[in-house]
Amino acid sequence: MEFGFTFSNTLAAILTIGIISFLWRDNPLYKLCEALFVGVSAGYWFVSLYYQNLLPQLFDKLGLTLIITPHADVKEGALQVLFKQGRFDERILYIFAGILGIMMLMRLFPNLGWVSRWPLAFIVGTTSGLYFTTYFQSNAMAQLKSTIIPLNSINNIVIVVGTVCGLIYFYFSKEHKGVLGGAAKVGTWFLMVTFGASFGYTVMSRMSLLIGRIDFIFSTWLGLVK
Amino acid sequence: MRREIPLIITGVVGFTYIIQFFIPHWPFNIMEHMLTDWMLIIFAFAIWLGVLNLMKVSLDRISKRTKDWPYALVTILGFLFIVIAGFFFSGGRRFLDPGTPFDYIYQFIYTPLSATMFAMLAFYVASASYRAFRARTKEATLLLLAAFFVMLGRVPVGDAMTSFLPESVRLSKFADWIMNYPQTAGQRAIMIGIALGIVSTSLRLILGIERSHLGSD
Amino acid sequence: MFEKLLRIDRRIIFLFVLIALIVPLFLNISQHIAISPEVRDIYDSLRKLQPGSRVLLAFDYDPPSAPELQPMAVAVMKYCFKHNLKVIIMGLWPQGPLQANLAIESIKRDKEFKDNPPIYDKDYVNLGYMTGNELVIQGMGTDIQRTFPRDYLGNPTSSLSVMKGITNFSNIDFIFNLSAGYPGTVEWVLFAVDRFHAKLSAGNTAVQAPQVYPYVHSGQLSGLAGGLKGAAELEKLLGFYGKGTKFMLSQSFAHIVVIFFIIVGNVAYFATRGKKKK
Repeated sequence: MEFGFTFSNTLAAILTIGIISFLWRDNPLYKLCEALFVGVSAGYWFVSLYYQNLLPQLFDKLGLTLIITPHADVKEGALQVLFKQGRFDERILYIFAGILGIMMLMRLFPNLGWVSRWPLAFIVGTTSGLYFTTYFQSNAMAQLKSTIIPLNSINNIVIVVGTVCGLIYFYFSKEHKGVLGGAAKVGTWFLMVTFGASFGYTVMSRMSLLIGRIDFIFSTWLGLVK
Repeated sequence: MRREIPLIITGVVGFTYIIQFFIPHWPFNIMEHMLTDWMLIIFAFAIWLGVLNLMKVSLDRISKRTKDWPYALVTILGFLFIVIAGFFFSGGRRFLDPGTPFDYIYQFIYTPLSATMFAMLAFYVASASYRAFRARTKEATLLLLAAFFVMLGRVPVGDAMTSFLPESVRLSKFADWIMNYPQTAGQRAIMIGIALGIVSTSLRLILGIERSHLGSD
Repeated sequence: MFEKLLRIDRRIIFLFVLIALIVPLFLNISQHIAISPEVRDIYDSLRKLQPGSRVLLAFDYDPPSAPELQPMAVAVMKYCFKHNLKVIIMGLWPQGPLQANLAIESIKRDKEFKDNPPIYDKDYVNLGYMTGNELVIQGMGTDIQRTFPRDYLGNPTSSLSVMKGITNFSNIDFIFNLSAGYPGTVEWVLFAVDRFHAKLSAGNTAVQAPQVYPYVHSGQLSGLAGGLKGAAELEKLLGFYGKGTKFMLSQSFAHIVVIFFIIVGNVAYFATRGKKKK
């Protein structure tokens, strides 16, 4: 980031003020900045994904990079190995990932949209398989394990009572009456403290973000604060 | 065919990951490595799909001259601007190098726009605190008190206000206690609940009981 | 009067917030930053590292979260460079590696590092961004160089001297994750820590921090810095004062304004509610 009243900083400041202008009311400058943000953001993802993901993970491995740009500084890919050396290279299997990726893009065409279900099913299967074990291990079992602690201090009692009562509150198979109702009530108290603390932290976070922008205007751009 | 094959893919891929977790040996480890590599590529295409769809929708708005269509044009121009800069003028794979046009757009256009967009929430969170944060019930009072002590305890002014007290009982320590014990207990209950929900939903998806992601026809 | 107060134009509230954040930037009041145990844990983890140790810095955030996380990134990086720890940068968010670049550029401008600036592939490498969220971590658990075949400059990862001898997390001595949401600290705990037994600390935005406290209590996460306060604490412990400390006064004023509005709102609400009941 440059410092001072430069063209670049002035451009950034105008865009900052353009977005902030929404506080007064919706206006064309805000809408312009918003539309620009959406476009630039999409473009950022598009370029980043090409150079950092698809190029090294797919095109280089298959050898497509060398076909498109013969003088590129990359090793031979699976296609070169296959056709020049007549050898099977396991990287050729990445072609299936490429095909699944292109099938995903078919969603852009209404008549061929159903084709995208295959890669979608692949994504759903992968995340389900991964989450099934990891969430059970880390967020259920590990958390339960660290809740089974001796009740020899107030802090430990707070952890055990809070977790158990909170879980009881989320148990909807039986009506919250009697002991269950009492425990669920205690559970709501803990949950309220949790939400309150989260709210406090949210305020903290949002204010920090705004401080960052104000610092940019007054320190970086205008140079009024050292 | 349109539904059966996706169901089989979900089941086979899902089970491969589960089995690999318990038996990280041949052939499951090889399969898992390959599937993971494939996923990185499919994910990239999935995001490209989102980007291209945005362009499609924007072009549609322009061709139909819907309300505010010039802003859709700005979106497309913004997209083309950074894409052309990234692909043709930023040194290819070294496009992220400090000083490239791509880096310039990131620093002086993308950063102020995105950072300010989210920074605006500060104003709305303050306004919401004023209008909606009421101690109407016992539970709401608890919520309010927790927020009050955490907000004060998490900034130096909280300690300054309680500087007459011993250091171990000042507001910052009380905020630490809230975060580390009652807050942690509540978060843990939520965390365990969500984990169990994820486990059951994952199983439903892998077994093909849950099919809503495949659409209706 | 109270009814009028309840109907106050929201733009007046906006103005108060703005003043509360701007004025402190011009003041020079030193404040005492109390250190919380979870931030001290990060410091303790860093202090145990021997020179030459490999530290993985995962930049999982974008510019909106930079005011909170960038000061943490700068402080931790400065500590690593000063103590000759080798830094490996990566991101699960596409903007992360560029935020890392900005942090390094600011370190190079710093007086303390001007004569001895961090050098690429000697002190640090930047592997760039990889899509795939938690699957990237899963892949890294097996083979980092396979998951990141090239660094962000396009060099083959295997040719980088900092990456020599690194296969997976077992060759990484410490991971520090800077996280603003998904994918972030939760995924690092689930996959890197619980699956591949990596040692992990995290710096989170204040919005996300409360959700990961259970991991600190269970020991899955060794240390957590939450929000700007966490950044200020980290700067104090590591001895590199920066924007985290500088912004704390504005943060204090902002919290006071919000608390003031909550109190006024409640007083006005109860005063008018009493009238309505009559």
